[in-house]
Amino acid sequence: MADDLYARLAWLPPKPDDFSASCRALLAEETASAADFGRRVQALAQYALDENALNRLAKVIALARGAGKSLAPLTPFRLGVLSNTTSHFLVPALVATAVRHGIDLVCEEADFDQVIQEALNPDSMINRGKFDAVLVAIDHHGLPLRPAPGDAEAAARSVDEAMKQLATVREGIRANSNALCIVQTLARPPETLFGSFDLGLAGTLRNLIDGFNRALAEDVAGSKDILLDVAQMAETVGLANWHDPTLWNIGKLPFASQYIALYVDHVCRLIASLRGKSRRCLVLDLDNTLWGGVIGDDGLEGILIGQGDATGEAHLEVQRVALSLRDRGIVLAVSSKNNDDVARKPFKEHPEMLLKEDHLAVFQANWSDKASNITAIAEELALGLESFVFLDDNPAERNIVRQTLPAVAVPELPADPAYYARVLLASGYFEAITLSDEDRKRAAMYQDNARRVALQKNVADIGSYLLSLDMVMTVQPFDEVGRARIAQLIAKSNQFNLTTRRYTEVEVAEAERDPDCMTLQIRLADTFGDNGMICVIICRRSDRAWHIDTWLMSCRVLGRRVEEATLQEILFQARQHEIDTLIGTYRPTERNNLVEKHYEKLGFTLLERKDDGTTVWQLSVAETPEVELPMQVRRLGFAEKAPLPLAAEA
Amino acid sequence: MQEGQIYERLNVIFGDVFDDDSLALKAETTADDVDGWDSLSHIRLVLSVEKAFSVKFSAAEVGKLKNVGELVGLIQSKI
Repeated sequence: MADDLYARLAWLPPKPDDFSASCRALLAEETASAADFGRRVQALAQYALDENALNRLAKVIALARGAGKSLAPLTPFRLGVLSNTTSHFLVPALVATAVRHGIDLVCEEADFDQVIQEALNPDSMINRGKFDAVLVAIDHHGLPLRPAPGDAEAAARSVDEAMKQLATVREGIRANSNALCIVQTLARPPETLFGSFDLGLAGTLRNLIDGFNRALAEDVAGSKDILLDVAQMAETVGLANWHDPTLWNIGKLPFASQYIALYVDHVCRLIASLRGKSRRCLVLDLDNTLWGGVIGDDGLEGILIGQGDATGEAHLEVQRVALSLRDRGIVLAVSSKNNDDVARKPFKEHPEMLLKEDHLAVFQANWSDKASNITAIAEELALGLESFVFLDDNPAERNIVRQTLPAVAVPELPADPAYYARVLLASGYFEAITLSDEDRKRAAMYQDNARRVALQKNVADIGSYLLSLDMVMTVQPFDEVGRARIAQLIAKSNQFNLTTRRYTEVEVAEAERDPDCMTLQIRLADTFGDNGMICVIICRRSDRAWHIDTWLMSCRVLGRRVEEATLQEILFQARQHEIDTLIGTYRPTERNNLVEKHYEKLGFTLLERKDDGTTVWQLSVAETPEVELPMQVRRLGFAEKAPLPLAAEA
Repeated sequence: MQEGQIYERLNVIFGDVFDDDSLALKAETTADDVDGWDSLSHIRLVLSVEKAFSVKFSAAEVGKLKNVGELVGLIQSKI
């Protein structure tokens, strides 16, 4: 269902199975320091929580408060709720959701259907509660909107009366308590009286509600109060889903309970925005986020961006949204695992690119981890990490940023890039309640930029993160099943390719059979799933040495010590084959300077440097010690050549 | 679905709604036996049951329920 994105808050990572246990554990700990507790509750609130989970978290907060624990450093806020409907379910959901937005919310509701009394009586709960804001949650049942189909005069009067009633409430609260009001547009019921005719006919409920919503929006814009556009929310998920007549009849619930998490998230966005907590900077990944494909491998002609291709249009939409956000004052930056000149090429040369370098305040293209890069961007822009949103198609990158920089918002993305733009906007990370001249100009202040900034040392504890990935590397000699994919990688890989020798499928099959060839195809799986084949190796024997004829890898798995694990495998095989020495060659091309220092980093010594830049390297098999690496290795299909202790599955 | 299976799933749902994993529901269990089972949490309970069993109850059906046994009977009549 398309409305799942909204109802399930699908931009947030799914609730972990041990969520309830984590809630209990948090309560049980007595030693948790005050500052730590608020942050840890906030961490639990970052997931997509349904109503029951929100209640559970709200209970943790209530019990902890009862025990004298503080939610500092979250920002305190007091919210009153005033409604003609049952607001009982909203209160705990609001408290738990506010924590997600960095707000320590105290929330109290007035008695059911006491809107006018509470607003006008100076001694009412609402007026004595010292609230920062009052949520005036009134739906169409709570206002004197009287349908009079065909009677334009009565219709205008009815809208006017409804506006006046709400104005009485707002003025009462302002005069008696000084709180500002969060007022709602009305979600119209899905039922029509005539049909399509309802829209144009004065006095139908549809016509009245439309008139009321427009009048309210204009009125609120000129006041201290804030508008919560419930009509927009309801139309987004579908009016027939939003309005549940059974629930209204049973308990006067204003809308279907599956949307409580969405509704309260919208309220909390407004509160966060009031307290200056909206996000201000969008950091974008490039490959498969801003365009389809990998610029380093596919080249300028190969990437998909622009009209005429479904994938290209999806990514163009991401660029369009980014540009619109920039126009309203959101700062844009890039963080990509690429060489700087390669990554900038589409911005300079591709005619379909909407985003240009001028639009970007910082441009970080390098091979360091993204958490370090985002930290560098934050320092350069002098913005706190809690101002950042990071958009990346790669779940592993998203996860490492979430784990190491919990303050950064990292929306989950579905597999289909057509939804990227929608998810980014549905997340509401950039919610704003005003638009100032300064906002419009802000992005331009960074106009001259697209700077690159120096990295500090890696912020993250990469070691423990890599362990948490549960990587399993599967190593096999070439075989018939893998042959087509091997040939494809040999034909296509440009960046992480030491020699860029291209072989046909027939030649690959020959290498497979050649007794003097040692071939490896390597796959990598991790907690996020299977990355497929990520490495191809061909070694050719000459006496007691192996020449590494081909070593190519997918850039997707860089920074995970897979290079080292691959070398370890080659060494392992070398020992089985009584090989003493490995000879590695780097042949420079326009695209592979990423691996210029590959053999040097792996401990090879330089034998020769040729005029064309080719370097030849050597490593002694016996003198290279084994090291502990954060992945498990499975060997398949080696049994015939060398019986190995680990080859039992083969 | 067997009655026993329904009770098993209801134990999980009640645990979730009333934040009490130690509940062991019986046919005779009523709102008086469960801490926090008031008219409002009853609505939340009904919604959670509807979601878990993919069924829909009318207001009249919900209003008539006297104990857990009747809820189980209502679920059985719908699946």
